[in-house]
Amino acid sequence: MDEEKTPKITAERIKKYLENGKRFDERKLDEFRELTIETGVSKKAEGSVKVKLGKTEVIVGVKMAVGEPYPDSGDKGNLMVTAELLPLSSGRIELGPPKIDSIELGRVIDRGIRESGFLDMEKLCIKENEKVWTLFVDIYSINDDGNLLDAAGIGAYTALKLAKIPKYDEKEDKVLYGEPDKDLPLTDKNPIVTTIYKIENSLVVDPTREEEDVAEARITIGSSDKSISSIQKGGSEPFTTEEISNALDIAENKWTELFKNLDKQLKKQK
Amino acid sequence: MVEETQKNETQKREVVVPGEIIVQGDDFLPGDGTKKQEEGIMALRYGLADKSDNLVRVIPLSGPYNPRAGNVVIGKVVMLTEGGWVIDIGTPKTAFLSLTEVPMYVNKNALDEVMDLGDMGIFKITGLGRLGASLSIKSGFFGKINEGIVFKINPHKVPRIIGKEGSMIKLIKERTGCKVTVGQNGVVWIKGDEIDKELFARKAVEFVADKSYIEGLTDKVEQFFKDHGIEPSETETENKENSEENKSDEEKKE
Amino acid sequence: MAEVKRPDGRKKDELRDFSGEVGIIPNADGSAKYKSGDTIAVAAVYGPKKMHPQHQQDPEKGVLRCTYNMNSFSVDDRIRPAPSRRSKEISQIVEWALEPVLLIDDFPNTVIDVHVNIIQADAGTRCAAINAASMALAHAGIPMKDMVSSIAAGKLDKTVVMDLNKEEEDFEEGEGPTDIPISLTQKGEITHLQLDGKISKEQLKEAIEMSKKVCKDIYKEQRRALKDFVKQEE
Repeated sequence: MDEEKTPKITAERIKKYLENGKRFDERKLDEFRELTIETGVSKKAEGSVKVKLGKTEVIVGVKMAVGEPYPDSGDKGNLMVTAELLPLSSGRIELGPPKIDSIELGRVIDRGIRESGFLDMEKLCIKENEKVWTLFVDIYSINDDGNLLDAAGIGAYTALKLAKIPKYDEKEDKVLYGEPDKDLPLTDKNPIVTTIYKIENSLVVDPTREEEDVAEARITIGSSDKSISSIQKGGSEPFTTEEISNALDIAENKWTELFKNLDKQLKKQK
Repeated sequence: MVEETQKNETQKREVVVPGEIIVQGDDFLPGDGTKKQEEGIMALRYGLADKSDNLVRVIPLSGPYNPRAGNVVIGKVVMLTEGGWVIDIGTPKTAFLSLTEVPMYVNKNALDEVMDLGDMGIFKITGLGRLGASLSIKSGFFGKINEGIVFKINPHKVPRIIGKEGSMIKLIKERTGCKVTVGQNGVVWIKGDEIDKELFARKAVEFVADKSYIEGLTDKVEQFFKDHGIEPSETETENKENSEENKSDEEKKE
Repeated sequence: MAEVKRPDGRKKDELRDFSGEVGIIPNADGSAKYKSGDTIAVAAVYGPKKMHPQHQQDPEKGVLRCTYNMNSFSVDDRIRPAPSRRSKEISQIVEWALEPVLLIDDFPNTVIDVHVNIIQADAGTRCAAINAASMALAHAGIPMKDMVSSIAAGKLDKTVVMDLNKEEEDFEEGEGPTDIPISLTQKGEITHLQLDGKISKEQLKEAIEMSKKVCKDIYKEQRRALKDFVKQEE
């Protein structure tokens, strides 16, 4: 029964509570669960982090390699974000090739990073039209208790912040893993996306899996400095214009909050 | 089974792992979760070793719910058939509620009027067959759940949530004024008149489930309620004083 | 015969720092982490539950199904996500290593899924996987007649050694390295044995005997992790 979705009866209760501004874990509707990060999850990664949002846990690692640029961007490095929803993390995940959930997750986070301008891709060029750095950001779910999307976004941001470009021996065309050289070329733009979930007439942030089961639609927003860089609406129910407007406001407040929290935690870990 | 777990509530039991010899020699007989080996009684499961009289058994901390006749369980309707309802009670084999085990006449084309696909209900296990458990909702206590919260906990924690002679679940019900039903399969149903009371009842149940092996749990739960500003009602305190006076010396010692 | 000098200075029967931890994945029925030096494996157990697809059901007993995968960033050269032939082979090896101790006759038509993920790799990953999976199965309450402990045994040049790390797997002196990953129950039954290199019959027997000894220490740690998980005092 664990793999089963939230029972209809509980779902009705969740909706009723939300109308009264209440949630099972006593959070406000726009409140995130406790966020903790642990750096250096794998020594072999150029940067890696474990993110816990309540009981939801993801690990994200950055790997770098030298290769050819894409034909239409010969002066820019490459970015590839992949997500894997591991069967480890939930009884609901079947074995087999990646399902739409993990594919969408990877692409949403990818867009959030790419469109925000967080990475200065031109600085990842080694030799125009010949050699560039490719950045791989790999996201793995370890425990799914809802809102993997936001946890993944936080993880991707943090892993990129922590990552160091390894030394590259141009003559031998060899990446010297294990010999970190410099930081990634990052800007102060925000690549973190925030997802707002719609449960009947309530807009909720960071749902547990129990709550997420009841959400009829969601909207993932990447915004930075009052400008919106990416949006993905998911789920089969529609949003009203007012709801979208509210969601945009919520997203803006949230990433500011998250940034402060993350900065604090990263400083502590140094 | 409930009484057995409570018997030595204050005795700290040893945690054992599979393959471990719990007691050496021939003084004990092997109970549930154990096997007699040359060296002594060996554990076949992860759990708490329980020695009583001359029997050694392992009380499991985890693992699937083991259905028994007489158990009260909470489950979900997953299929309607000609003869009744197929119910998921969290075991690999599904359970079955026959038309004949319902306290009213049901037209075999109108099963959904009693319970429909996706509905949840409280059932009693009347027997265990090769194809799964057989269920009944004949007595008034059982039947479809119409509203409330339904959630799952580890079935092995159920005895602690119910408590010695039902004392723990009684405490939670009295303090929150909610209906609380705990299925032996680990599914819990809570229904109250106020949202806050329902939330607290759920929190209390999860609190007990989380700390189930800690000594002095009842005191900790009382403290938990106090911390959240929930005091015993006047009638509750009165009843307790009356029953204290009426207890015999022996009972008070427990 | 002079004993080989191990690159990190360990004695021939000395293990890397190792530790176990249980209950790290709340959703799973059982879960555990096992660390050996810089190798980290995480295992989760789901089951017994109804086996799907139906044609894989066994009407006489439960079925154990294991998957082993390495994270892309567990090694220097990124591994593309997707099961490889190597990971499929190791999945089968892990399954065979654990099956002999399971008592799952009472769970017909069910499956017990064990998923292991390597977070960080420095050789001995399949052994770490088996150690983690063994703890996770116990934690999940699966009836078992014993625990399984695993060690990356081997030989460097002419010396039998325990717990080879990556550097040792690439050893170049003399006869080079021989990998002998081996898994044992506490009663000394060998549930998994592989070999890759060059070794005499006598030295192989020596390796097996030494493995039995060190596996007792690994078992102690697996047991400690399981015991410490139950909080009986606050």
